[in-house]
Amino acid sequence: MIGEWLDIGWVDEIPVRGSRTVQVTGGDDIAVFRTGDGKVFALLDRCPHKHGRLSQGIVHGGAVACPLHNWRISLTTGEALGEDKGCTPVVPVKVSAGRVLICRTSVLKAAA
Amino acid sequence: MTDIREHLVVVGNGMAGCRAVEELIARDPHRYRVTIFGAEPHVNYNRIMLSPVLAGEKTFDEIVINDAAWYVSNAIELISSDPVQAIDRVAKTVTARSGRSVSYDKLLIATGSDPFIIPVPGKDLPGVISFRDMADVDHMLAAAGAGGDAVVIGGGLLGLEAAHGLTLRGMKVTVIHLMPTLMERQLDEAAGWLLKSALEARGQTILTEAHTAAIVGDGKVEGVALKDGTVIPASLVVMAVGIRPSVALARDAGLEIGRGIKVDDHMVTSDPSILAVGECVEHDGNVYGLVAPLWDMCRALADGLVERHSGYRGSVTSTKLKVAGLDVFSAGDFSGGDGAEDIVLRDASRGVYKRVVVRGDRVVGAVLYGDTADGGWYFDLLKREEDVSAIRDMLIFGQAFASGGGAADPKAAVAALSDETEICGCNGVTKGKVVACIGAGNTTLDAVRATCKASASCGSCTGLVETLLAVTLGDDYSGERTVKTMCKCTSFGHDDVRREIVAQDMRSIPEVMQKLTWSTPDGCSSCRPALNYYLLCALPGEYKDDQQSRFVNERLHANIQKDGTYSVVPRMWGGLTSPKELRAIADVVEKFDAPMVKVTGGQRLDIFGIKKEDLPAVWADLNAAGMVSGHAYGKSLRTVKTCVGSEWCRFGTQDSTGLGVKVERMTWGSWMPHKFKIAVSGCPRNCAEATIKDFGVVCVDSGYELHVGGNGGIKVRATDFLCKVTTEEEAMHYCAAFIQLYREEARYLERTAPWIERIGVEYIRERIADDAEGRDALAARFRYSQTFMQDDPWAARAAGDAREQHAPMAVFTPIDAAREMA
Repeated sequence: MIGEWLDIGWVDEIPVRGSRTVQVTGGDDIAVFRTGDGKVFALLDRCPHKHGRLSQGIVHGGAVACPLHNWRISLTTGEALGEDKGCTPVVPVKVSAGRVLICRTSVLKAAA
Repeated sequence: MTDIREHLVVVGNGMAGCRAVEELIARDPHRYRVTIFGAEPHVNYNRIMLSPVLAGEKTFDEIVINDAAWYVSNAIELISSDPVQAIDRVAKTVTARSGRSVSYDKLLIATGSDPFIIPVPGKDLPGVISFRDMADVDHMLAAAGAGGDAVVIGGGLLGLEAAHGLTLRGMKVTVIHLMPTLMERQLDEAAGWLLKSALEARGQTILTEAHTAAIVGDGKVEGVALKDGTVIPASLVVMAVGIRPSVALARDAGLEIGRGIKVDDHMVTSDPSILAVGECVEHDGNVYGLVAPLWDMCRALADGLVERHSGYRGSVTSTKLKVAGLDVFSAGDFSGGDGAEDIVLRDASRGVYKRVVVRGDRVVGAVLYGDTADGGWYFDLLKREEDVSAIRDMLIFGQAFASGGGAADPKAAVAALSDETEICGCNGVTKGKVVACIGAGNTTLDAVRATCKASASCGSCTGLVETLLAVTLGDDYSGERTVKTMCKCTSFGHDDVRREIVAQDMRSIPEVMQKLTWSTPDGCSSCRPALNYYLLCALPGEYKDDQQSRFVNERLHANIQKDGTYSVVPRMWGGLTSPKELRAIADVVEKFDAPMVKVTGGQRLDIFGIKKEDLPAVWADLNAAGMVSGHAYGKSLRTVKTCVGSEWCRFGTQDSTGLGVKVERMTWGSWMPHKFKIAVSGCPRNCAEATIKDFGVVCVDSGYELHVGGNGGIKVRATDFLCKVTTEEEAMHYCAAFIQLYREEARYLERTAPWIERIGVEYIRERIADDAEGRDALAARFRYSQTFMQDDPWAARAAGDAREQHAPMAVFTPIDAAREMA
């Protein structure tokens, strides 16, 4: 039986106000973010606008600014903020005993 | 007569175990016969109050919760100094260290937490202790009596309390904290920074982002070595990095364990005869390390034991603390995030920071620093999920204002202040003076600032002064200032921010945000890179560059392309190259399968389509051929374009290539407000196109003509002529001075062309051409700054620096994909 959560590493491997990626063979990468107050979020690493790598953006508050055209994407909902419209799939993520766990089903969806 | 009542045995004579017994007795004093085992030689005391004992504010007797008389009068047998070491669930007995064995009908495990000891060499040396019980306090007091240096590892609550106590006891204390800000679990960055500043002002040394490598000493502690090689002397090391639920006993007994001992809503473990309570348990996935949840658990447990099932439903926690005498409070979720809005109030002169997080008209979190009087009120609003839309405008001012009813509004609150109320703490200006100043005809903020000096210093009372203008002038007030603000996070413009950074000697982004009353907790993607640059420029060699405040290109030292790959441009000094360099570039292109190589407009080669993961290896290969970063990605010196000049060209008047190489060697690596391009042409035919560059040199027979402010971009602008000089050295000197003027005075993301159009070329001539002394000073500051800037960022990365930025955290191959590939 395969568990529902995939262990991807220690939470402090992700820089504060920064991001790391999880590479999914045959699919889109997943961006895992850590905000200024230590919360962890995960999104598909693809801006809804021109598919910029959100993992390379500046993390501020609960949002990330896409490096290509500065769209601001909410880390909680994946929705573009402000005037822009679009949405990036959210990957459920949790932190347990310092380990970061992401949802297996969502990873498989990213690969599909 | 034998006691026929059921026997309740409690393992742990601490706050949770005793509180559970108290709750039980309150419900039914005769139901159980009670025996309590304790590891320490004490009655139950308040562990939270160990800090005041260490600080000398309280004695041990003052922190006792249940004295010996309590055990006697409730017929509780206390077995102290004898920790339970085994549970036999079949025989239903426990065995203590002394060998004593006791049978139970119900067993309650309340073993609390163990301090977490980081596994570094030297952790077992005498003089390394934790901060968990009275024995630790006694040890610290003995060490303090001998004086000397102490190191506290851990900048959480416990560590800071230990540091405070030891400081008061006369030791020289250094706190080592792994994270960038203190108490990051309870406080946001802004509050953490305030706390750090306050503790430093009390003489403590606080090292953040510091990794402990080893504890050193011969037979006893002598110091702590950090990963960066620093060794901090210490005769005492307190490890306060965290606590872990103490589960060893329960695990050995075969009970179900997660992060803690798993319990249901009535605190019953996987064995129905065994209960557990306090910090050692895990309930519904949560482990708690605070007192309030513990009280809730004890209530649920006692109800269960007397068959009045209420059940524990988890706890919402708040933290209101005095850390080393400083008030901090936090509650709920202050991570911000979606739909969450921050209401922030900062009062720099009083050292107050308040942040209330609101989502959908409900308070969901709060962080308070310096003034925590309203913490309870916010927590109450949060727990009751009260609709705050009616009092929202006043929420941040606290209960006293917000409860003023429907008539209350911020203007009325300011209008109600007495004339003696100090508005501007920096300049000591009262409300009466500000109003008089406005009455005398100063009807704009700038006029008020110029006249009575209110809000002319740190600016944190700007909002108050503007409200006073509105209140005093009514409809005559023309409104907000016309200066364009830096971004929506602040009411200050770029120039104000820069001036204040220098005037107040600010040293970090959180400091700027606090002192200049930023309205967001950690800025945005506009202001963070700007502040990072301004600080970098103001404090060469001292300011630590914040990588997370840089655009991706400057973080990865390459240019991101639309498909997520990067392009790499090695520096070619003055546009010159060699067979060795060209071979290395060709090898890189083949080895990493780069799909395109292009000659750039800046006379060098751009290698396209490099994967983020391959960047360090590419740089290593280029470094090996002697090439460094071309900074084609940065707000920095890009290229120095040259023509061949007098060495080859029949029209050449001076050695333009030679000068170009020298200028590039002098200026490379410097960070600027925006990108910066230079060119040197060997004659007025100007083949290097020097008159559309940020700084251009056109060589003539009699010397060098210097030009500034050109641009070949969206809006083409030819340079302005600055002046003419006669030697190469002068040309380079003027170039350094001009760049420094641009670095110090232009706004972030302002190219030289719009900057010069804004301030006028006359001003540049005055500063660079006419003022010899000023020119020398500017050039000297540039050269000083450059001593810290000219390290090749590629070399560091190729050597393994920031490796995590180039590698995925994990790689997954789903089973289906693996099958397809097979």
